[in-house]
Amino acid sequence: MKAKASDHSAHILPLRIYLGVGFALFILTGITVMISFVDLGGWNVTVALAVASIKAALVVLFFMHLLYDNKIYLTIFLTAIGFLAILIIFTMFDTMERGRLYPEKAKPIKPGAAIYEREDSLSSRSVDTTKTDH
Amino acid sequence: MSEAVAEKNYLNDPKGWKSWVFTLDHKRIGILYLASITAAFFLGGVFAVLIRLELLNPGQDLMGPDTYNQIFTLHGAVMIFLFIIPSIPAALGNFFLPLLIGAKDVAFPRLNLASYYIYVFGSMFAVYSIFTGAVDTGWTFYTPYSTETQTSVIPMTLGAFILGFSSIFTGLNFIVTIHKMRIPGMTWYKLPLFVWALYATAIIQVVATPVLGITLLLLIFERVFSVGIFNPDMGGDPVLFQHFFWFYSHPAVYIMILPGMGIISELIATFSHKKIFGYKAIAFSSLGIAFISFLVWGHHMFVSGQSELAAMIFSFLTFLVGIPSGIKVFNWITTLYKGQIHFDTPMLYALSFLFLFTIGGLTGIFLGALATDVHLHDTYFVVAHFHYVMMGGTVMAFLGGLHYWWPKMFGKMYNHFWSVIAMILVFVGFNVTFFSQFILGSQGMPRRYYNYLDQFQPLHAFSTIGSWILGAGFIIMAIYLIHSLFKGRKASDNPWGGLTFEWATGSPPPHHNFKVTPKMTHGPYDYDKVLVEQTDY
Repeated sequence: MKAKASDHSAHILPLRIYLGVGFALFILTGITVMISFVDLGGWNVTVALAVASIKAALVVLFFMHLLYDNKIYLTIFLTAIGFLAILIIFTMFDTMERGRLYPEKAKPIKPGAAIYEREDSLSSRSVDTTKTDH
Repeated sequence: MSEAVAEKNYLNDPKGWKSWVFTLDHKRIGILYLASITAAFFLGGVFAVLIRLELLNPGQDLMGPDTYNQIFTLHGAVMIFLFIIPSIPAALGNFFLPLLIGAKDVAFPRLNLASYYIYVFGSMFAVYSIFTGAVDTGWTFYTPYSTETQTSVIPMTLGAFILGFSSIFTGLNFIVTIHKMRIPGMTWYKLPLFVWALYATAIIQVVATPVLGITLLLLIFERVFSVGIFNPDMGGDPVLFQHFFWFYSHPAVYIMILPGMGIISELIATFSHKKIFGYKAIAFSSLGIAFISFLVWGHHMFVSGQSELAAMIFSFLTFLVGIPSGIKVFNWITTLYKGQIHFDTPMLYALSFLFLFTIGGLTGIFLGALATDVHLHDTYFVVAHFHYVMMGGTVMAFLGGLHYWWPKMFGKMYNHFWSVIAMILVFVGFNVTFFSQFILGSQGMPRRYYNYLDQFQPLHAFSTIGSWILGAGFIIMAIYLIHSLFKGRKASDNPWGGLTFEWATGSPPPHHNFKVTPKMTHGPYDYDKVLVEQTDY
């Protein structure tokens, strides 16, 4: 039993740290709510995600004890996040930058859609739809 | 015979079918995997021969376009998901990883058995899909076609989804085993290089496979519930599917080749009887390849309509793969230099790997170059390229490893003469089949067509004849390997004169691998310090 306890390094944090972290989480939630009323353009998402990341980090580091555990767990956790970041960022190199070199004349495929269709192919498409309508 | 009474090993102790079906012994699980992937290889091979047969002449001879689409899809899906991904890690890796590090078993034997049955379960879905209107999307399941085709996309993708778990379990198991189960004194730099390669592979398996799982699940959702994720008609982005798919499937290419490279390191050192040149460089280049593999997936998508910026970044990063791959090849060649080279069958496979993988790798540089790829994309040049890497690389390494460790796994030696004949047939047949495809591709023959212009006929016929030579080589191999199990002469404990731990135990090894726990008295490649003789031939 003793061996097991030392394995997990029975680390008991003082109550005020838990309360402090809890308080910080409430404050950060407040910030998220407040910022949603301010129009920052594209930065709204950035700020919201940044606040959410800080909150997640607090929970993981203190409530889930990752800060005090064997560092290999932190390494594995951060590695996973790193690879997720690669997936998202590299995909955004594509999705955010389409049509920069050769601007495309395109319209949304339907009102409000995030997918655009080139205008030269639009005419052929409308022919297709009329065909299927008949 | 007194032999049967004399020796207890993992094959005959314990006895009974239950002891195999519920076995927790990594060696037996390795053998189960070996039998299963061999069956998958046979199935995929039959599809390959059918494809080549249809392409012998222009026009429709054997099958129509729809059947052809299904057959090449099945060839790809079976070979990739059922054969090549589990081939080296799950079969040879399972068997030899614990032996190489002096352990009694992997860290989680039950997880290991679970991974095998999950593999079987996933394979059943794949086989089921064949009988319910096999998929015709290509093994890549590109949207929007895969959300629209009437063929059985869901069983096959569900099969691949389930197979992913098997792969993740194996990877997790290996990572923990390598961290925790090494015998005392075996530091990271004293690990055999095959273990380093398995470690790098395991990281990719654990990190990348979940993305494929989710992607295929999203595809199923789109098909079943019409949720618009990838299909533009429903407001999705089809190129996004390709991003998600290749985020797994490009690193998966390295799941296939890295363990092969590990085997080559073992073979070259053992059969040159020389300390491996550049141990650390080879070890870290495995990790380097694993890392870079995550940054290059967009080179599959140069003509997909992804942004020019992304294409440039992916093209540039793709060239980086050449560095660690080159480091490995040059270190292997330097190891050969002034070595005491024995041309046994496993070594012949290792040498053919060097030739074929180098051709496959260098043509990858062609394809990684943006402008060249636009011309060569979706032609037979690409088909030839990845067959040189996957078959000329991974399968050659797998066959090398199989012949290297066969005496250890079964305690029997195969016929040397016929093994060389088969090796020559496989090497020649492979080159006849696929080198002609480089030329076909550069002349503009598109891939995935059942028909072609008359001008391509001579080369297609040449390629088809190659597939028959290849098939003959594999049939001979099957015959002498099976023959060796029953009639082969008994193998000694260390037939090749290797220094790694698997050669320090019996052939075949006893149930718990070692009768006496081995001691770390020398490094895995200390041929300069330890005198060890090759006892065979």
